[in-house]
Amino acid sequence: MTLATYVRKRVLVSIPVLLGVTALTFSLLHLTPGDPVDAVLGFQEVDPDVRESLKAEYNLDRPVWEQYLFWLRDALVLEFGRSPITGRDVGATIADRLPYTLVLGGAAWLCSLLIGIPAGVVAAVKRGEPADEVSRIAALAGIATPNFWLGLVLLFVFSVRLGWFRVIPPDAPLLSPATLRFLILPTITLGTASAALVARLLRSSMLRELNASYVRTARAKGLPERTVICKHVLRNSLIAVVTVAGLQLTLLVDGAVVVEQVFSWPGMGRLLVGAIGQRDLPTVQATVLVVAVSVVLANLLVDIAYAVLDPRIRDER
Amino acid sequence: MTRETRDRSTTDRGRIRIEGFDEAVAADRDDDAVDRWADGRTNDAETPSRGRFEDAWRRFRSNRTAVLGLAIIAALSVVAIFARPIAFSTAEYTITIQPFSLAPYDPAEMYVGPPNAGPSAAHPFGTDWAGRDLFSRVLVGGRFSLSIGVVAVALALVVGIPLGAIAGYFGGWIDELVMRVVDILYAFPFLVLAIAVVAVVGRGYWNIVAALALTGWIGYARLLRGEILSVKEREYVTAARVLGTPDRTIIARHVVPNAVAPVVVQATLNVGTVVLTAAALGFLGLGLEPSTAEWGSMLANSRDSIAAGHWHRTAFPGLAIFLFVMAINLVGDGINDALDPQGETAERRRR
Amino acid sequence: MALLEVEDLVVQFYTEDGVVRAVDGISYEIERGEHLALVGESGAGKTVTSLALLGLIEDPGEIVGGEIRFRGRNILECSDSELRSLRGNEIAMVFQDPETALNPVYSVGEQIAEAIRAHRDVTDEQARRRTVELLERVGVSDAEHRYADYPHEFSGGQQQRIVIAMALSCEPDLLICDEPTTALDVTVEAQILELLEELVEEFETAIQFVSHDLGVVAERCDRVLVVYAGQVVERASVDDLYYDPKHPYTVGLMASIPRLGADRDRLPTIPGAAPDLIDPPTGCRFHPRCPYAESCCATREPSLVDAETGTTATPLEAAPTAHLAACHEYTGALEDGLDYDVVVSGEDEGRGESE
Ligand code: SF4
Repeated sequence: MTLATYVRKRVLVSIPVLLGVTALTFSLLHLTPGDPVDAVLGFQEVDPDVRESLKAEYNLDRPVWEQYLFWLRDALVLEFGRSPITGRDVGATIADRLPYTLVLGGAAWLCSLLIGIPAGVVAAVKRGEPADEVSRIAALAGIATPNFWLGLVLLFVFSVRLGWFRVIPPDAPLLSPATLRFLILPTITLGTASAALVARLLRSSMLRELNASYVRTARAKGLPERTVICKHVLRNSLIAVVTVAGLQLTLLVDGAVVVEQVFSWPGMGRLLVGAIGQRDLPTVQATVLVVAVSVVLANLLVDIAYAVLDPRIRDER
Repeated sequence: MTRETRDRSTTDRGRIRIEGFDEAVAADRDDDAVDRWADGRTNDAETPSRGRFEDAWRRFRSNRTAVLGLAIIAALSVVAIFARPIAFSTAEYTITIQPFSLAPYDPAEMYVGPPNAGPSAAHPFGTDWAGRDLFSRVLVGGRFSLSIGVVAVALALVVGIPLGAIAGYFGGWIDELVMRVVDILYAFPFLVLAIAVVAVVGRGYWNIVAALALTGWIGYARLLRGEILSVKEREYVTAARVLGTPDRTIIARHVVPNAVAPVVVQATLNVGTVVLTAAALGFLGLGLEPSTAEWGSMLANSRDSIAAGHWHRTAFPGLAIFLFVMAINLVGDGINDALDPQGETAERRRR
Repeated sequence: MALLEVEDLVVQFYTEDGVVRAVDGISYEIERGEHLALVGESGAGKTVTSLALLGLIEDPGEIVGGEIRFRGRNILECSDSELRSLRGNEIAMVFQDPETALNPVYSVGEQIAEAIRAHRDVTDEQARRRTVELLERVGVSDAEHRYADYPHEFSGGQQQRIVIAMALSCEPDLLICDEPTTALDVTVEAQILELLEELVEEFETAIQFVSHDLGVVAERCDRVLVVYAGQVVERASVDDLYYDPKHPYTVGLMASIPRLGADRDRLPTIPGAAPDLIDPPTGCRFHPRCPYAESCCATREPSLVDAETGTTATPLEAAPTAHLAACHEYTGALEDGLDYDVVVSGEDEGRGESE
């Protein structure tokens, strides 16, 4: 099978999943107790006339499946209506907030690889030695630390006590030096758990690969140990890390929701939590949809990357 | 030796035959020593499962950090149970089930000390904004956090194991259906899905548990299905099927018990994740009522208290969560190592 | 001086159940260009011995005694970098299962060229050209194009050809073949063995051929070492071994070689399983399975003796062609003796020990 056929097949499999994801997100509105129109209204008291006209505007007087199709059509062009609370266009709000989350998540992801990969390699190569034990405990601790709590501790120590960083984001563009400097603590907070995950995963997959016969072949060829590890073993082990990139993404999104709260970072997570607090369902729906669709697409990319990295995969499926 | 001689042996090899050895072997079969020796080998081979779990337990016990984790979990559970008396009261009677009280104060009682006071002899963890004793609140808080974790994971197992078993064993459209649902739910990050569920059903202990169980079962279903696909092909399952054993019995008696070990490990580890998620919900103000002595809820609004310099209000509940989740991870890690010392299972699963 | 001399090699593995002596005092030598076979059941210590030659015994294993002298130099005292320049360059190895021996994520060409670059002062282009030549030499057609293909795109037989090309890439003096055809089917096996024979002839390489199958060994080796439970139980030239096996274990192995046109349809095997090396049987390690075992076999350990004279002989000191075996029969300790015949059809002549 060529890569192209593989990609086509994999894309086809994603379509029912995407439909399911949209349907589930759509049904949030209808699962909420009470009349959906109240949800659209943000649970405010309004004139019966306004109520009826809104019902028509949102197609709420039609059968559910039709409503879904309308909603889906609008969602495809990122048309999510207005927020009943702020009155702003939901799509525009998301477009404002998304870059913040992307930058935070991207920085945290890089940070997790920069820490996690070396830590995992060292732990595997020095298996059973103190370095391995330290790395293991550190990784377990990294996974066990509630990220919001870690954020709060960092905020208290470095911002409140030492004053090295601002407590809230500066009033500057996203990619300005001041904002990027502020981003340091949130990045560390968000990256810690991911780094721990990468380190542990890489350790175990490296230990497995180290037992593989091709490692013996490589050593029997007389290659330096460094080449054996960094060229032969690492490449195979990283494949396992790539397969969890999807899982890592969901971990980062979950983390972003709380970390943004801790550092008042105006991203998607803060938008979601704020919207839930104000019972702003259209915004909740739109945010959840964007997140879920991103995860599905990311998983698609991960699988393709997997096929590129491991030539066997294409032929297997 | 020359080439020629070697070649000669090649051509003649087909004509060499040994006589007498097999006859000697046959005669020797009566020999007690040989029989006993051979019997010993077969008996060993027939009872691998009991030996395997005994071995695992032995390895687990010799893992110091894992045993430490187990001790921490036990200690935290004991503290949570004995923190305050447990009693059922009706209009007339009060039945006290557990009379001990490790916590010096009622966790809900306000102004037992000055508000926002730092740690002191009277209040080792300080007090919160309403002057409640944080030490007592942290001790009692374990009841909520731990029970949410355990109950949510148990519920998720109750849903996930049957679905995974059915999907894996029967395959076909049932499998397709279950796995598509799993794929769809997997697209929602754990916390985001839990938040969405809370947004729909509202807060409260059972709502939180339901939200966490709803998001938790997919992992177990997927894992168990994979295990079953590999167990299914083994001989004893085929043998049972040939004998006409009903599917339900095969699944319950032969397939699930052999496939369930990794799911149990996963579930143990997940108690930690679930406790973390519940705490995150509490922090976001989407968990239990803010006044509840639950570890996560105690941290709601802690951003403001941090900014005001009241670090102790954040530090201690957070440490409690960390300690518990860390202990769970140590135990989970120990179980993993014990069941699978060389990472062989992982290797098998990958293939 | 022989090319390789292994003296009293002892290798232990530390497992949870106890210490496993996988190799327990094995000695042998290989002359320049000689083909020596190590034969025995799996777990007898053949592979471990081979790995020890390359210094590739890993945790939890350890070489606890003996010497391995390659061209007179003790490998066990070599530094890491000396060992590296030996591996793949002077001693190379062909592994059992070519599918797992090749790294799945690198092209086969790269995996061969890498070995050349490690030992020769060549440019990438020169290494590449040499690789293509080697691939052609081992019979991979269209080598120029297939250079960039991945291992999974080749059949098992072709994969083994690639592994052989890799092993011969630096023209080693000693090639260790560890069950090189076990993972392949019979027709491919024949082709691979033929190729190997051609190549070692061409490169004048000595071979240590490890196998559980005496039949495979006969066709291409000069001498045979039969290994049981980490020890040498018999050593002889191929002819002596085939026409006049001395050790009951060897006889058992021979009785279980499948033969074309044999008048039996079942494959007799030696009863019982390979012994537990943590707590090996007392006396002769083969006695629980030996049909000729007597009471002295369980108590006294037979030493390696010259089967003709009955005098104790160490493999390195005895003449290379001397027929050595470790069985009480040859020191006259057995009362009933060994009772089997080697029948060569067409000659109607039986040889062997009988009372
Ligand atoms: S010493 Fe005894 S047990 Fe060992 S091979 Fe000879 S006859 Fe058999």
